[in-house]
Amino acid sequence: MFENLSHLALQQYWWIIDSLLGSLLVFLMFVQGGQTLIYRIGKSELERTMVINALGRKWEFTFTTLVTFGGAMFASFPLFYSTSFGGAYWVWMAILFCFIIQAVAYEFRSKPNNVWGAKTFEAFLFINGLFGTILIGTAVGTFFNGAEFTVNDFNQSKWATPYGGLEAVLTIHNVALGLTVFFLARVLGSLYFMNSIEEDTIYARSKKQLMISGIPFLVFFLFFVIRLLLMDGFAVDPQTSIVSMEPYKYLHNLMDMPVVAVLFLLGVVGVLYGLAKSYLLEKYTKGIWFAGAGTVLVVFSLFILAGLNNTSFYPSIADLQSSLTIQNASSSHYTLSAMGYVSLMVPFVIAYIVWTWRAINSKKIDAQEISAEDHLY
Amino acid sequence: MIENFDLSLVDWSRAQFALTAMYHWIFVPLTLGMAFIIAIMETIYVKTNNPEWKKITKFWMTLFGINFAIGVATGIILEFEFGTNWSNYSWFVGDIFGAPLAIEGIMAFFLESTFIAVMFFGWNKVSKRFHLLSTWLVAVGSNLSALWILVANGWMQNPVGMKFNPETARNEMDNFWEVLFSPTAINKFLHTISSAYVLGAVFVIGVSAWYLLKKKEVVFAKKSIVVAAVFGLLTSLFTVMTGDNSAREIVRDQPMKFAAIEGLYNGSRGAGLVALGFMSTTESDEANENMKDFSFKIEIPNMLSYMAYLDGNAFVPGVHDIVNGYTDNNGEVHPPVSVKMEMGRKAIAALKAFKQAKKTNDELGQEEAQKELEANFKYFGYGYFNDPYDTVPPISMSFYSFHIMVGLGMYFILLFVLCLVFIYKESVVNKKWFLRLAIWSIPLAYIASECGWIVAEMGRQPWVIQDLMPTMAAVSNIDSMSVKITFFLFLVVFTGLLIAEIKIMLKQIKIGPNHGGN
Repeated sequence: MFENLSHLALQQYWWIIDSLLGSLLVFLMFVQGGQTLIYRIGKSELERTMVINALGRKWEFTFTTLVTFGGAMFASFPLFYSTSFGGAYWVWMAILFCFIIQAVAYEFRSKPNNVWGAKTFEAFLFINGLFGTILIGTAVGTFFNGAEFTVNDFNQSKWATPYGGLEAVLTIHNVALGLTVFFLARVLGSLYFMNSIEEDTIYARSKKQLMISGIPFLVFFLFFVIRLLLMDGFAVDPQTSIVSMEPYKYLHNLMDMPVVAVLFLLGVVGVLYGLAKSYLLEKYTKGIWFAGAGTVLVVFSLFILAGLNNTSFYPSIADLQSSLTIQNASSSHYTLSAMGYVSLMVPFVIAYIVWTWRAINSKKIDAQEISAEDHLY
Repeated sequence: MIENFDLSLVDWSRAQFALTAMYHWIFVPLTLGMAFIIAIMETIYVKTNNPEWKKITKFWMTLFGINFAIGVATGIILEFEFGTNWSNYSWFVGDIFGAPLAIEGIMAFFLESTFIAVMFFGWNKVSKRFHLLSTWLVAVGSNLSALWILVANGWMQNPVGMKFNPETARNEMDNFWEVLFSPTAINKFLHTISSAYVLGAVFVIGVSAWYLLKKKEVVFAKKSIVVAAVFGLLTSLFTVMTGDNSAREIVRDQPMKFAAIEGLYNGSRGAGLVALGFMSTTESDEANENMKDFSFKIEIPNMLSYMAYLDGNAFVPGVHDIVNGYTDNNGEVHPPVSVKMEMGRKAIAALKAFKQAKKTNDELGQEEAQKELEANFKYFGYGYFNDPYDTVPPISMSFYSFHIMVGLGMYFILLFVLCLVFIYKESVVNKKWFLRLAIWSIPLAYIASECGWIVAEMGRQPWVIQDLMPTMAAVSNIDSMSVKITFFLFLVVFTGLLIAEIKIMLKQIKIGPNHGGN
């Protein structure tokens, strides 16, 4: 089946799979957003325990999706993996440190004799939520604004600045995407609390947070999208593979791929609908699903705009012709086909995640459950 | 191509990766081993409906959870360090190496992370049987993740199922099944996971022994010991078997590694096995500090030949034979390293010539360069070396690690047998010396486990991919100061977390199975 597809078709297929993983990752960052709200939403120890335990039952999904996204990018576009990770060293190391401390924080926080104290582990969760989201968003911003690297004839890469990728924060458009992801994660985190915790005060405070985080989210999102659609983009000539700047490239991509435009608009509507309905209606708890699905569609569309339609998905601003495309950065035809069969497992994986999610969330977390539970975070 | 190597960068990158891997490997074997022990305990609970077994399962599950989290934390770094610190490697073999990592994520990590939530929080939310299934799926998922990363590691030790493509300047997979079912990968997987089961069993026995020594939770401890001792004995025997198979793989595919771990400088027919030996600080060859004489050794005649080839008179090559060239038992001639170095240089030069010809659209030039490259590619990595003895791994570290691992492996078999004998005679509670021994065996299990990694990773130096890519050619083009800083940051963070984990574990053990986890 997959072996009969052309190399380009497989490259496009894998870009779509990676985009899907990336968009699921951003949705699952509601865990990170929620972590920055622990003290905003939970005013008493019991409330904080409820909030942390609600998030603690999901953190591994986000973590695993991040690891799988990394693995899938390595397998499908190894030149991106070697160039970006090996060059933007400090950006990726900072992201890694944010995630190391998260993994242990849930399990260690409430355990007696944890040496560093519960507050330290709560601080770890906050750091992960704040910097993890902003850094990942900013790093993805370089897909549109370019990064400082060169690649030689042997596909060995070198970073052109001594700052190991940290210079990306000097580009406002990158940071805007980082802040968009951060505030979106907080919105999704609030919606998740409204959906999974049975406690009126937590519900009310989460609803209030929808506006507090929702407004800056919209501001940064609009700024990012409007600028994206108006700026020059990195176009690839399909005949010569030469990369050049094209005015309104991402707007052109949107118009050239009407399905993506529709998905993008549906996503925006989904996020706004989930947010507005949750804010306006009493006792409404399903907003996470609309906003979550909307997030997946919007982020997916943005990834598609970055990589398809003869676009460089990881442009170099140090040397335009070193820019990475899904064609020059990908694995071989054989590997992409073999991996194609593995990708058929993704719907199966999603199915059992949904199944167990429903089993665990069939009853909302409440004070009674927390007091009876012997495995608490 | 990289012309000059920053050896400080290479050393610090190796140090950082070794630090991460060694810390990661403190936590992973306990996860792998305990996952199955817990699943067996819960199965007994579901079969017998005896609440004592539920209590036992939940207690070990609490310790499992504490350990699991920190294993996950250190694991993510390893995956990303392939890119951050070994970017040239990531491109050179990413077409093959990336696939197992992605499959690991899709197949194994999701299985683990999804059902672990049910395992911990589903006791009152799902049926007993669904809960049991989830516990087994966590065990299967964690072992599947080990499979894929060890397939990747096995491929690095014995690269198969691929072809070099000069157009892209990398190795490309041409046979997925050959990569997956490579005997090296299979043996590596089986040996690694079975040794992890042994560690898990020793841990459970050791902790249970502490309760018996304190005369606390006697029923709980005895039941735990029975499960762990049976599991431990079976898996330790399997570990010996897989280790034996691994040794025969190594002597065939990585003879230099074999010579190093056995401390064999000069090969011979009917080679003896050094069962116990100490290497002196006096070098037999002043020019080479790596090759130290034995000041004392107990040797079993012909045993090494038998182990390596199942023939007590077979020829086993030593370090000098491999460096100078030798003919193996099948009559195959292995050229001296100096010849391999020459061929490696030709291969590297041919790759450059190919690229040059490509730039000038010289098709004939490309064809000639490709022929030259293919003729010499087998020894591509040797072209980076200047001295044949640079291809010898650190001998004393490899030798000691291997012998400590094997010695402790044998000791654990004895421990499990004694344990079962004392349980059968119902005297285990009174054998204080044995209970103390069992407690002190826990750190020994960790030492054996870490030694196993040192043998695998140090013994294969200087190669990151056997014969094709030396470690020095695999590093990222970054400054060594950055790596030094992150090395110390990791050291501080990992050590801080390890201290927390040990203290939490000890406290949980002190609290015991009757008082929940918090």
